[in-house]
Parts: sequence; structure tokens; C-alpha cells
Amino acid sequence: MTKIEFVLSLHQRLSALPSGDVKERLIFYSEMIEDRMEEGLSEEAAVASIGSVDVIAAQIIEEFHTAKLNAKQKKRLRAGEILLLVLGSPLWISLLVAAFAVVLSVYVSLWAIIISLWTVFGSLIGVALGGIVGGVIFAMGGNLLKGIALAGVAIACLGLSIFLYYSCKAATKGMAALTKKAALGIKNRFSRGEEAL
Amino acid sequence: MDIQLKRGLLDVCVLAAIRSEDSYGYKIIKDMKPYIELSESTLYTILKRLEAANMLTVQTAEHGGRLRKYYRITRAGEKRIEEFKADWKEILSIYRFVTKEGNDND
Repeated sequence: MTKIEFVLSLHQRLSALPSGDVKERLIFYSEMIEDRMEEGLSEEAAVASIGSVDVIAAQIIEEFHTAKLNAKQKKRLRAGEILLLVLGSPLWISLLVAAFAVVLSVYVSLWAIIISLWTVFGSLIGVALGGIVGGVIFAMGGNLLKGIALAGVAIACLGLSIFLYYSCKAATKGMAALTKKAALGIKNRFSRGEEAL
Repeated sequence: MDIQLKRGLLDVCVLAAIRSEDSYGYKIIKDMKPYIELSESTLYTILKRLEAANMLTVQTAEHGGRLRKYYRITRAGEKRIEEFKADWKEILSIYRFVTKEGNDND
């Protein structure tokens, strides 16, 4: 077998492995053959002294899988870490629950603020409608000045309510987006956790 | 021999083979041959492991119209050899203790 035949044959058998790693190995073997030839061996003898392509390929594939397995095992929790997690659970579980409660209360309070803003908006609309109707009734009843004053207040409330409407809408949209983002974040974290298992 | 022990020994042997001067794959195998037989694929794995651990560096240089990789030991590699020498003294004394016990039982 010539050097080229050896390299091609090895390359073919290692086709399932990452190409960068395979290329480096092929250069390594090729250099080994050339060094033997430089020492006086014929090309055939130099290739033969390296060993059988099948054996070498099998060895490399086994090494690759062992390295991959070791890397995977390193990722898994060691027994000591699991023990520490179990022993520390009374502490970290209560801390986790407390942190969750704080986050939840902040979240609920934010929604409460938004709901009260919408309530204020509703009352302003109510006042505006009532004021206009009341103003008309007063004006028709002969109390023109009182009627105009009431209608003026009603229009001011209406103006304020328009301003508040946009603020409430923006706040609600913002909170909804935040909720969606947080939910997606939690979902991704859990699905990644499953993959790691 | 225990795999971990053998792996550690081979690492130090390869480092020792490049300690006095930069060397290349085939020369490392030849220099180690009187002491330990090493296949090309094993040497490749050891060299990769030592490079990843910063115990040696690799330089490519031209030789006889082709490229050849030369391996050079680093300070961390030299330190590893010194650690091995210190460990070995301890292992030797344990060995003496173990064999002495064996003799007493005979």
C-alpha cells in the first residue's frame, strides 16, 4: 500500500468523525510515514510498519467515542454535588420560595396599579357624561351659569380621560409584553434542562 | 496496569522525550522504544492532551521540502516532570513497604 492509498483509506473509514480532527490525524500519519521513508524504508514498508488501516481507524473511533462520553459525564452532577443539594434543600428551597413570592407580589402590584388607572379612567368618563347631562338639565332649568360650569368640568374630565386612556393602554401593553417575555424565558429554561438530562 | 496510572506515565515519558530539545512524532516514538512501545494513535492522543494542558507547544517547520511538526516543552510541562519525580519517591517507598509485607507473609 502506498502512502496516498493509506491516507485515502483511513480518511474513508473516519468519514463519520469531525473533518478538522480527521485532517489533523491524516497529516500526522502522513508525516510518520515520510519520516520512516527518510530513514531508508521503502514506501510499502513504511506504511506497513504503521499498522493496519482497519485497526487504526477502529482505535481512533473508539478514542473519539470515549472522549465524547467523558465530556458528557463531566457535565452530569457528581454524587457530592447531589448530596450537597439534598442537605442544603431546607435552606435553598425556602429562599427560592421567598424569592418567588417577592417576584409574584411585585408582579401583582404592577397589575393592581394598572387596574386602578383604568378605574380612574372609567370614573373620569362617568363624571364627564354625568356633568354634560347635568349641565344640560341645569341650563334648561334656567340655571345657565351653573349648567355651563358643570359642562366645563365635564369637558375637562373628558380631556383628562383621553390623556389617561393612552397612558393606560401603553402600561397594559408593556405589562403584557413583560409577562410574555418572562413566560418564554421560564419555558426555555425548562426545555433546556430537559435536553441536558 | 491501571489505565490512569499508565496514562500519567505515558504523559511524563513524552514530556521527557522533548525535554532536552524540540522533537517530532517519529523521533519521540523511537526515543521511547527502548523503554515503552507506543503506537502512533496513542502518541497523537497524548500530544493533543498535553497541548490542551499547555504542557507543550507545536511548531510547524520545513524539513527536506515538506512540513514537519515539532513539539516543545513548556514550563508547565517541566513542572509536571518534577511533580512526577517527587511523586515517584513516595510510590517507591510504598512499593518497598508492600513488597516487604509480602516477604514477611511467605
